[in-house]
Amino acid sequence: MNEDRSKKYLNPYLGGTLLGLVLLTAFYFSGRGLGASGAVKSAVVASVEIVAPTHVETTDFYSNYKESHPGGPLKDWLVWEMLGVLVGGFISGAFAGRLKLKVEHSPKITSKVRLIFAAIGGILFGFGSQLGRGCTSGSALSGMAVLSLGGFITMAFIFGTAFALAYIARKLWI
Amino acid sequence: MGPLVVYEIISANTNLVMAFIIGIGFGFVLESSGFSSSRKLAGQFYGYDSTVLKVFFTAAVVAMLGLLFFSLFGWIDLSLIYINPTFLYSAMVGGAVMGVGFILGGFCPGTAFCALSIGKLDALSFIGGLVIGVLLFTEAFPLVEELFYAENMGTPTINEFLNMSRGTFGLILILIALGMFFVAEWAEKKFPREEY
Repeated sequence: MNEDRSKKYLNPYLGGTLLGLVLLTAFYFSGRGLGASGAVKSAVVASVEIVAPTHVETTDFYSNYKESHPGGPLKDWLVWEMLGVLVGGFISGAFAGRLKLKVEHSPKITSKVRLIFAAIGGILFGFGSQLGRGCTSGSALSGMAVLSLGGFITMAFIFGTAFALAYIARKLWI
Repeated sequence: MGPLVVYEIISANTNLVMAFIIGIGFGFVLESSGFSSSRKLAGQFYGYDSTVLKVFFTAAVVAMLGLLFFSLFGWIDLSLIYINPTFLYSAMVGGAVMGVGFILGGFCPGTAFCALSIGKLDALSFIGGLVIGVLLFTEAFPLVEELFYAENMGTPTINEFLNMSRGTFGLILILIALGMFFVAEWAEKKFPREEY
C-alpha cells in the first residue's frame, strides 16, 4: 500500500517543504502570504457592484472595501494568485492522470447528499473566513509563518472544531 | 532587500504577475500532495490520513525559518511583512465557523479551487457555497460589526505574547511539529485504509 501511495502523491514532508518555499517566495517578492478567500470576496464585491451599483455606493462596507482596493479584482493580488492555483492544480492533475469530472463521496452517501453538504460547508467557510479575516491559507498558514497570534488562534479553532464534530459527521466521509 | 515590491525593485504590475506564478506553485503543490481530494482532507479528522497536518505544519515551519534566516542575512525587512492583526473574538468565532464548514464540506477555499482544477464537482458546489457565504457576510455586516472589531489586540506575534524571542518560539514550534508528526505516523498505522 505504501508503495502505491508514494507513486500517487508527493511525500507530505516534501510537499510541505515546497509549500513553505512557495509561501516564503510570496513574502520575499510581495511582502505578504498566500490566501484564497480574499479572492472570492473581491469577485463578490465586483459582482454586487455590477448588479446593484447604488447599493454598493450607499453601503458602508462596500464603499470602504472599494476605497481600500481601488483597482478592482483585476488589480487584486489574491485574484491573480487564485487564477494561478487553477492552472497549477490542472498541470499537476494532468501529469498524474487525475483529470476527471466526478463527485467524490463516501459509499454511504449519494452524490446529491455530498453536493448539498459541500455547498453548506462552503457557505459556512465563506462566512467564517470573512469574520476571521482570512481562511486556512491567509489566516492560519500565512499567519503562523509570521508568528501572528491571531493566526495561531484561528488555526486552533478551525482544526479544533472540525475534530470536535468529526464523530457526528463521520457518515459523510468513512 | 525584500520584500521586493515594497522597495520598488519590482513594479505593482510585476507583483501581479508574480502572484500568478506563485499561485501556480501553490496549486501544483496542493494537488501533488493530494489536497484535491475531500476524503483525503477529511481523513485528518478520523486518524486515517494525516497529510494535511504534515504538509501544513512542515510548510509553516519552513516559511517561518526562512523568514528568520532571510532577516538575519539582511535579505528581508521583517517590519515590512504583513502581520495578520489579532481581533480575539472574531478569530475564535470565525475559526469555529470555518471548522464546521471544513468537516461538512471537506474543503477549505484554497483546496476547493485546487480540486475544481482537476474536475471535482463537489468542489464546484463548495465554491458556490463560498460565494453565498461571503455575500451573506458583506450584506449582514452591520449585524456582525461589533463582533468583528471586538478585542482588537493590534498585531502581536505569539512570541511577544509569550515573552520569548522569535528564535526560541521557532524552536518550540519545530519540536511541537515533530511531536505531532510522530503521533500522526502512529495513527496512520493504527487506522489504515486504501488511498482515495
